[in-house]
Amino acid sequence: MLIDIKNLHVTVDGTEIIKGLNLSIKEGEVHAIMGPNGSGKSTLAQTLAGRADYEVTGGSITYLGQDLLAMGPDERARAGLFLSFQYPVEIPGVSNVYLLKAALNARRRAAGEAEVDAVAFMRIVKEKAALLELDQQFLSRGVNEGFSGGEKKRNEIFQMAVLEPRFAVLDETDSGLDIDALKVVAKGVNAQRDGNRSFLMITHYQRLLDYVQPDYVHVLAGGRIIKSGDKSLAVELEASGYDGLLAAANG
Amino acid sequence: MTSRQQDVKELIDRKYAHGFVTDIESDTVPPGLDADVIRLISRKKGEPQFMLDWRLKAFAHWQTMTPPNWAKLNIEPIDYQAISYYSAPKRRDDGPKSLDEVDPKLLETYDKLGIPLHERARLAGVAVDAVFDSVSVATTFKSKLAAAGVLFCSFSEAVREHPELIERYLGTVVPQRDNYFAALNSAVFTDGSFVYIPKGVRCPMELSTYFRINASNTGQFERTLIIADEGSHVSYLEGCTAPQRDENQLHAAVVELIAEQDAQIKYSTVQNWYPGDEEGRGGIYNFVTKRGDCRGARSKISWTQVEAGSAITWKYPSCILRGNDSVGEFYSVAVTNNFQQADTGTKMVHIGKNTRSTIVSKGISAGRAQNAYRGLVKIFPTADGARNYTRCDSLLMGNRCGAHTFPYMEIKNPTAIVEHEATTSKIGEDQLFYCLQRGLTEEDAVNMIVNGFCKEVFRELPMEFAVEAQNLMNVSLEGAVG
Repeated sequence: MLIDIKNLHVTVDGTEIIKGLNLSIKEGEVHAIMGPNGSGKSTLAQTLAGRADYEVTGGSITYLGQDLLAMGPDERARAGLFLSFQYPVEIPGVSNVYLLKAALNARRRAAGEAEVDAVAFMRIVKEKAALLELDQQFLSRGVNEGFSGGEKKRNEIFQMAVLEPRFAVLDETDSGLDIDALKVVAKGVNAQRDGNRSFLMITHYQRLLDYVQPDYVHVLAGGRIIKSGDKSLAVELEASGYDGLLAAANG
Repeated sequence: MTSRQQDVKELIDRKYAHGFVTDIESDTVPPGLDADVIRLISRKKGEPQFMLDWRLKAFAHWQTMTPPNWAKLNIEPIDYQAISYYSAPKRRDDGPKSLDEVDPKLLETYDKLGIPLHERARLAGVAVDAVFDSVSVATTFKSKLAAAGVLFCSFSEAVREHPELIERYLGTVVPQRDNYFAALNSAVFTDGSFVYIPKGVRCPMELSTYFRINASNTGQFERTLIIADEGSHVSYLEGCTAPQRDENQLHAAVVELIAEQDAQIKYSTVQNWYPGDEEGRGGIYNFVTKRGDCRGARSKISWTQVEAGSAITWKYPSCILRGNDSVGEFYSVAVTNNFQQADTGTKMVHIGKNTRSTIVSKGISAGRAQNAYRGLVKIFPTADGARNYTRCDSLLMGNRCGAHTFPYMEIKNPTAIVEHEATTSKIGEDQLFYCLQRGLTEEDAVNMIVNGFCKEVFRELPMEFAVEAQNLMNVSLEGAVG
């Protein structure tokens, strides 16, 4: 088991958003979470990454046999958990590659591996940049500084490609992307699927799932997973919306 | 308190890394200031009569002045009679001829500061004129400089060896009466550095001086004079650290730069004096008058400063752009933590035609610190085609600190173009979390964000100084985000 979430309760600013969520993801699996606005999708992503304002009031999360909730956000990252942010921030004056090299070496040190030198690092970076069809000059620009919305999302997947996480959470990475950018992003994700790495994709649209085939699709509503299924569930939702499901869950 | 807050608290509480006192016997005069003390200083230094007369004139004027308070800084009144105005390490003969003759304890002090003098000088190719308290005790690379005709020595030596240059240039950029602290410095300065670059000479190495205040209760009054003759180039580095102590110490230095026609001077400072403890007790008062005079056409003076230490930093390295087509630059990072106060900036005075100036100021505040940029851009009616670009950015860490910007402009020529940009931002929880999520520790994340913020200034520093400056940022802001 890669990650096992049991009866999770999360409160933000005094309001309970996640109310008893259960989810297990095995090595190599791709799970998609869909759901209406305000259902707790992004709260789940932020909680997994360890954001301070998201208070876990009940339940447990076991990640690779460890108590994830006892780990700081940076420890989680070094243990291979990656979050592709819905709204990536700009960090002026810090170049993309500089941050990425520090991040990669932090993980390697934590894993007891040797740090990569500048030459090896640039080789990795160029290979991944080509995969995601990123311009070379993009690499030396400030982190997300002056990037368009689409560039920011692509940069997230580029970072993921370089860092090769065990478990990647993609928080609405597909939002705001045109179809070409979406295909590139999907290519980046698919290139990482090796039967060992796992993904949790949070999305509003079935569209992304046409390009990245999930093993499971879950519907999150009211802070709980109200239905799980395979890819066909996403297609069903796209056609009929959430209303029927919500009515059934509440009734 | 969460464990993260606890960690942050521990980091904040970490003691000033450079706080220690070297046990060297000092030849110190008793506290107090009158004309006799000034005569004593002048005599001890073997100065010619003109120098003593100059000091006494400054002293007479200083006595008529009152301390300025326009900056609204929170300063405990200074008792000028409680300060000892002269302190010299005891020496064999008349001073060491080489590093072997330098007090081993002094060298040890440099080691603690991470400045292995000989190593550093050799590796970096930097000539170091180390001012320990008030008298220069070590000078290196003199012969190489001498071969190029460059004069680089302690101020006292220059007064004895090159009195004609001192008499001609001293006080011509910062007059004795310029301000309260400059007048005091003019009366009692003990030592400092002197540089003269002859016509057409490009100084073969970066010139560097490490200042360090050591003896208890001794005010430090440095005097620096750099003259770049026609067509010459020089880059001068100044870096400072000081040992920890309880009472406030006054540092009132004066730096004068003179650039003749086609000459260029680059003056870089990294200042890390004792900032006081976390309650705001102690710390250095750093009241410095720094001014450069672009006398000749096409001359250029560039100031770069990284101000991290001192309880109060109060300084405005400035440029008088007298020569046509002359250029003035000011690149500054001022970081304040705990109860530190910084009021710093520059004056760019455009007199000549087509003069250009650039001001880039980065202020970082943490704890309960106050950080102000105060700058003046003055365009004279004569300065046809003058241009100025000013950019002031402030970064706040936490919500108990303050950032202030006071840009003054006096434009008397309609052809001038003056631009001003300013931003204030708070170091974002979002930026921090983003870096943490990529696996960086909180400390590394803060360092990265702050260094990114300061990048435009750091890249103006000479290479070896840029690294030091980044380290200094990291030490100064340890645990400042919580």
